[in-house]
Amino acid sequence: MSDFTSDFWPYFISAIVIGGIVFCLTLLLATSKSHDPAHTGESTGHVYDEDIIEMNNPMPRWWMWMFIITCVFGAIYLFLFPGLGTYTGKLGWTALKQYEQEVKETNDRIAPIYAKFTSMSGEEVAQDPKAMAIGERLFMNNCSQCHGSDAHGSRGFPNLTDTDWLHGGAHETIKETITNGRNGMMPPMAAAVGGPEDVKNVAHYVLSLSNSEHEASRAALGKEKFVACAACHGPDGKGNQAIGAPNLTDDTWLHGAGEAAIIHRINNGLNNKMPAQGSRLTPEQIHVLAAYVWRFSNAK
Amino acid sequence: MSTQKSTSKKTIPIVNDPAQPVTRSLYEPHQKIYPRNISGLYKNWRWVMIWITQIVFYGVPWLQWGERQAVLLDIGTHRFYIFGLVLYPQDLIYLVVILIIAALALFLFTAVAGRLWCGFACPQSVYTKIFLWVERQVEGDRAARLRLDASKLTRNKLLKKMLKHSIWISFSVWTGFTFLGYFAPIRDLMQSILQLHLSPWETFWICFYGFATYGNAGFLREQICKHMCPYARFQSAMFDNDTLIVTYDEERGEPRSGRSRKVDAKQSGLGDCIDCNFCVQVCPTGIDIRNGLQYECISCGLCVDACNSIMDKMEYPRGLIRFSTQNALTHHWSQEQVVKKVLRPRVLIYTGLLLLMSAGLVYSLVTRVPFKVDVIRDRGVMSRIVAGGKVENVYQMQITNASEQVETFKISVSGIEGLSLASAKEFTVNAAESRMVAVSLQIADGSIKSGSHPVIFEIVANGSNERLFEKSIFYMSR
Ligand code: SF4
Ligand code: SF4
Repeated sequence: MSDFTSDFWPYFISAIVIGGIVFCLTLLLATSKSHDPAHTGESTGHVYDEDIIEMNNPMPRWWMWMFIITCVFGAIYLFLFPGLGTYTGKLGWTALKQYEQEVKETNDRIAPIYAKFTSMSGEEVAQDPKAMAIGERLFMNNCSQCHGSDAHGSRGFPNLTDTDWLHGGAHETIKETITNGRNGMMPPMAAAVGGPEDVKNVAHYVLSLSNSEHEASRAALGKEKFVACAACHGPDGKGNQAIGAPNLTDDTWLHGAGEAAIIHRINNGLNNKMPAQGSRLTPEQIHVLAAYVWRFSNAK
Repeated sequence: MSTQKSTSKKTIPIVNDPAQPVTRSLYEPHQKIYPRNISGLYKNWRWVMIWITQIVFYGVPWLQWGERQAVLLDIGTHRFYIFGLVLYPQDLIYLVVILIIAALALFLFTAVAGRLWCGFACPQSVYTKIFLWVERQVEGDRAARLRLDASKLTRNKLLKKMLKHSIWISFSVWTGFTFLGYFAPIRDLMQSILQLHLSPWETFWICFYGFATYGNAGFLREQICKHMCPYARFQSAMFDNDTLIVTYDEERGEPRSGRSRKVDAKQSGLGDCIDCNFCVQVCPTGIDIRNGLQYECISCGLCVDACNSIMDKMEYPRGLIRFSTQNALTHHWSQEQVVKKVLRPRVLIYTGLLLLMSAGLVYSLVTRVPFKVDVIRDRGVMSRIVAGGKVENVYQMQITNASEQVETFKISVSGIEGLSLASAKEFTVNAAESRMVAVSLQIADGSIKSGSHPVIFEIVANGSNERLFEKSIFYMSR
């Protein structure tokens, strides 16, 4: 345990814990007998206001034993479990281990359900209503935060229901995307393209690719400069799923359409990241989830 | 003034007599109590209550309701089945209300008639009573038991003790098994026992509850009431001078003394108590009611039965020990006056609250909608423009079907003119499951001003036609 900011605190806590138990036991034993030389049977010998006498109403002895048993239990507990400063306990228990244990138990319990789906192809899984119910839950809990509950995405977060895929829309590819994540990287291209005017021209050329509103003269000028971009997006601007370069000829604009947005992208580049889920979800879960996502763009 | 007062403050003198130092333990060993058997009205009532409570306790887990156990508190899946009712963690409020009703009922009964619960319905007393009955069948009544415990260990004594303990233990195990039957299907449990493959946890809990029954009813008995039960400690806050309690009529009874039946007590100046100690011998908590109201008294009324039987024998009027109130004793009230005093403000307030809470509970259970809906706006996207120049908002809707049938829910939305539901309008949710679905709303761009607008989802269960309304916000972008 390294949660302590100073070496003093572990000792401080241990001293209080052990001291507390020792104190309880000492107190219990010290007070178990009355040494007051009392006269009358049940009086403790304390008299107040002449006639108010403190009586001894003894606790049952088994109650005292319970107290002692509690102290012994406390000692055993502190020996087995972490509770004394930096001492980790004989059993080596930690909250993290318990959590992992519980996750494992749950996974083991639901493994048979997933086992059936794992042996099926993605397309088959997508036809199975039970699997899709599971997929829906997985998606809502793990993916909807970025891609939206209806999977339509938003600016910077791809829409999963169109047929446009950055890295490919096959079941296997989606699985790969979910497991390892994706890193969409576009370097700043302004220098490679030329001056601000050239950037603007390229932007208009890009707009022309998808038949968006553009100035034809600028587009014509930009076409030459586009060679810098072609390395990734291809000479015809159709993109490259192998490296996640978007297709520029359709009207899907992940980071916003229009001249200004495109110019900004050329100048500053982009870094878009889909986090890997492989450590959070099991391969079996990802198999089902990928089928659920695949189904969005591959009608029922 | 105040300074004068403080100077007059007395110190506590410690009486010191070195001639006779006494050392005493402040923890006393347990004194076993050997209550004597008695017959009479209250004893009979106790048995009636024992039968009722035990038939309910041992019987209920065996009842079936359709395909399932009628009463099952399934901790693992977080569902409580109580006949037709299925409660979920979200229904915790019912549990809270039921506990409040139980507490109010306890206040009310205590204010009116003292510790009726303790003497007649509390599991601790009831099981003690059952165990005592077994003890008496095996070992005999008080005198015989005292003799047996004092005697040396003989074959006969060993046999009797073994018989008693084996009956106690079998009964305890059955109790532990039944108790667990409220939390795990009891028929399956029975199967597992018969086939000897009870899981470790099941074994543990059966043994645990069985051991608790054995220890509490066989050994601790009145010790629980006297030293551990919190109710015994705070009952004084609910008692007043008009509360019915078991009382000894001191005026009538004193001076107590033994006498022959031929003696005329009036003439010789004696009270009605013949000092036979019968009332002390029958008391399960081992107290002498003639010392007045004590917190140990569990209001079981056995001393009333005992003393009445003596009074009958002596041909004195009954009721030297009786259920009465402190006021009635001091003011010599008649029965009617006591009854009249029952309707005092404290009792009326308790009754009013109790009725109010019960009515509320019944009302909310009757009008309970067997499903739940939660709507959360998607935060990742405030609003978006979609094909057709419409503005769209997306919501995550969690529908929990709390009924035991598959149910289809129809969704509609209102709150803004022209707003329409763009996603599916019906969702099917399996029995006792919950499902999260995406719902999207659309409106023509520019038809409302930018900012947030309240909207209301209406969710109707097709089967039962019950409906719920859930509020949310539609966000219109600039
Ligand atoms: S004093 Fe009487 S009523 Fe009270 S516990 Fe004893 S026998 Fe029962
Ligand atoms: S049973 Fe009645 S008569 Fe006997 S000692 Fe008790 S109060 Fe007196």
